[in-house]
Amino acid sequence: MSFFPDQQPTQFINPETPGYVGFANLPNQVHRKSVKKGFEFTLMVVGESGLGKSTLINSLFLTDLYPERIIPGAAEKIERTVQIEASTVEIEERGVKLRLTVVDTPGYGDAINCRDCFKTIISYIDEQFERYLHDESGLNRRHIIDNRVHCCFYFISPFGHGLKPLDVAFMKAIHNKVNIVPVIAKADTLTLKERERLKKRILDEIEEHSIKIYHLPDAESDEDEDFKEQTRLLKASIPFSVVGSNQLIEAKGKKVRGRLYPWGVVEVENPEHNDFLKLRTMLITHMQDLQEVTQDLHYENFRSERLKRGGRKVENEDMNKDQILLEKEAELRRMQEMIARMQAQMQMQMQGGDSDSGTLGHHV
Amino acid sequence: MDKEYVGFAALPNQLHRKSVKKGFDFTLMVAGESGLGKSTLINSLFLTNLYEDRQVPDAGARTTQTLTIERRGVEIEEGGIKVKLTLVDTPGFGDSVDCSNCWLPVVRFIEEQFEQYLRDESGLNRKNIQDSRVHCCLYFISPFGRGLRPLDVAFLRAVHEKVNIIPVIGKADALMPRETQVLKQKIRDQLKEEEINIYQFPECDSDEDEEFKKQNEEMKGSIPFAVVGSCEVVRDGGTRPVRGRRYSWGTVEVENPHHCDFLNLRRMLVQTHLQDLKEVTHDLLYEGYRARCLQSLARPGARDRTSRSKLSRQSATEIPLPMLPLADTEKLIREKDEELRRMQEMLEKMQAQMQQSQAQSEQSDSL
Repeated sequence: MSFFPDQQPTQFINPETPGYVGFANLPNQVHRKSVKKGFEFTLMVVGESGLGKSTLINSLFLTDLYPERIIPGAAEKIERTVQIEASTVEIEERGVKLRLTVVDTPGYGDAINCRDCFKTIISYIDEQFERYLHDESGLNRRHIIDNRVHCCFYFISPFGHGLKPLDVAFMKAIHNKVNIVPVIAKADTLTLKERERLKKRILDEIEEHSIKIYHLPDAESDEDEDFKEQTRLLKASIPFSVVGSNQLIEAKGKKVRGRLYPWGVVEVENPEHNDFLKLRTMLITHMQDLQEVTQDLHYENFRSERLKRGGRKVENEDMNKDQILLEKEAELRRMQEMIARMQAQMQMQMQGGDSDSGTLGHHV
Repeated sequence: MDKEYVGFAALPNQLHRKSVKKGFDFTLMVAGESGLGKSTLINSLFLTNLYEDRQVPDAGARTTQTLTIERRGVEIEEGGIKVKLTLVDTPGFGDSVDCSNCWLPVVRFIEEQFEQYLRDESGLNRKNIQDSRVHCCLYFISPFGRGLRPLDVAFLRAVHEKVNIIPVIGKADALMPRETQVLKQKIRDQLKEEEINIYQFPECDSDEDEEFKKQNEEMKGSIPFAVVGSCEVVRDGGTRPVRGRRYSWGTVEVENPHHCDFLNLRRMLVQTHLQDLKEVTHDLLYEGYRARCLQSLARPGARDRTSRSKLSRQSATEIPLPMLPLADTEKLIREKDEELRRMQEMLEKMQAQMQQSQAQSEQSDSL
């Protein structure tokens, strides 16, 4: 049967290769389209102040996302809650455009009491999911902007003897919502032995607390040996211990990015000094996978939870508190009434002398 | 004619001989977050191994741990001089997610030592008073914090009138020289701004030589001390073995004044100012505590207030604790909880009274 009744049914034959349909060209089409469309990626950075987050981001993407920073003093830090600051840059490399959004979380871990540290961060992540869900369910789905957080670099202090209680609490709160990549910051304060010990300690604690961090996918069997080896090396170095710097130092006759100490120069891009290159490789090679996992796992989790709740919005914490307040006021009133009654009874007792014991069995 | 000579110029020598016989005792407190190299520095300073079998708890254990005060003692002898060194450690400080008031046990500990001394001093047998007062507190500041953190400020403000504070930047090999200078200046500015009184190294005597005076000025200018500690000796090829930390890009030498202020700290703490720290503790800080104590005894009204509840005890001992601003509803909830508790107590009291009077009336009935 032919769709075009006046045409002869023909066999589709490629003149060069018999039996060749042409599907092999599809990836190229996808490639061309994606270059035209560009990539977007949202990276969140979380960690205490002073761990070199901004410097590392600037080093990773060779840009300056944080030109005019004002760092608050200790007194101001006491009052501040965690804030969310998102900055977007468009980077281009060999015709490929990347729209990178970095979400910073200043104030995290600063306060004396950090219990409410991550509420702001979690609501931000949920908000992005919520917005995407809303857009996805809407009428015009051509230009949905994907602001969901695809990856979270969690900065761990090199000084701790492993994870701190705050680290554990935070990661457990977000590991079902975002891909966590733990990073040991300012690694130039650790000797090689200390570094290995700390990495092992952190991995043990992550397993002990059942924290789900992002797992690099294994290399496909049809990849070449180099790539397989690279993937194996990357997987073995997690968590990455990094050093960031935007200063150019003269070392061994050439200019490198590094930190100049009286006892030597730490080179950021020297794989023997730290894992910076590994982190960059991992991020670039697996950017696509990070987005996929966010879409297929974290977002779908969020979506099924939301749909189960039947579209009702998440209960407001404040609403709960107001409710608690009302309940407590009611209880207070009841107790006041009770006290008034007992006072009246005692009065009667003192006056009477022989009270009826019936009313005395009144227990709270 | 020879100048007339009485002989009391020899008195200092007598004191010297007596003190050598008696020996010295010194109590040093170390405070600061975990992981800032406190134990390693103490071992490096006194060339001992006070922290041999340490078990560092993991994050899970630290979540529930409250601050504890640990005391370790060691007797060190050098050149015929005996020193009985007591180290007070504060494990758990700054570890938890909620560190509010985590400094209170430390403050209480310091005051308890003062109290003990006051009692001993006022007692009958004053021959062998043990001085367990804290003579000095080395407070460790993180090199990453860009200055003092809110917790640092809160702790220092709680203890600065009760103990000699020497601020120290721990693990200072994380900082390049210029970063160290910037951080030190920032800390000095913050200390002045928050009106925190750290231990002031006294001026040189005018009869010391110029070299010594210059050295002293330099040392005073390098406060807070940026230190690196190490218990490992590094043997590099041709050079002599040194205490240090070996990295792939070089070796940090603990006792190299270009690498860190360890030597300065050791010199000032042990070699030149140990005695002064003890004197300031006795003449200034302890006397301040004693005066406050006696004053509160003299005003019985004030005394009653202090025994009523914890809150007013804090105000009586004049600790300006920074209170975190709570959300309004939170505050209201807490106030209501307080009220509820008080009413509960009142209820219980009244119930007890009623039961008592009922029992009495029953007794009188049965008689």
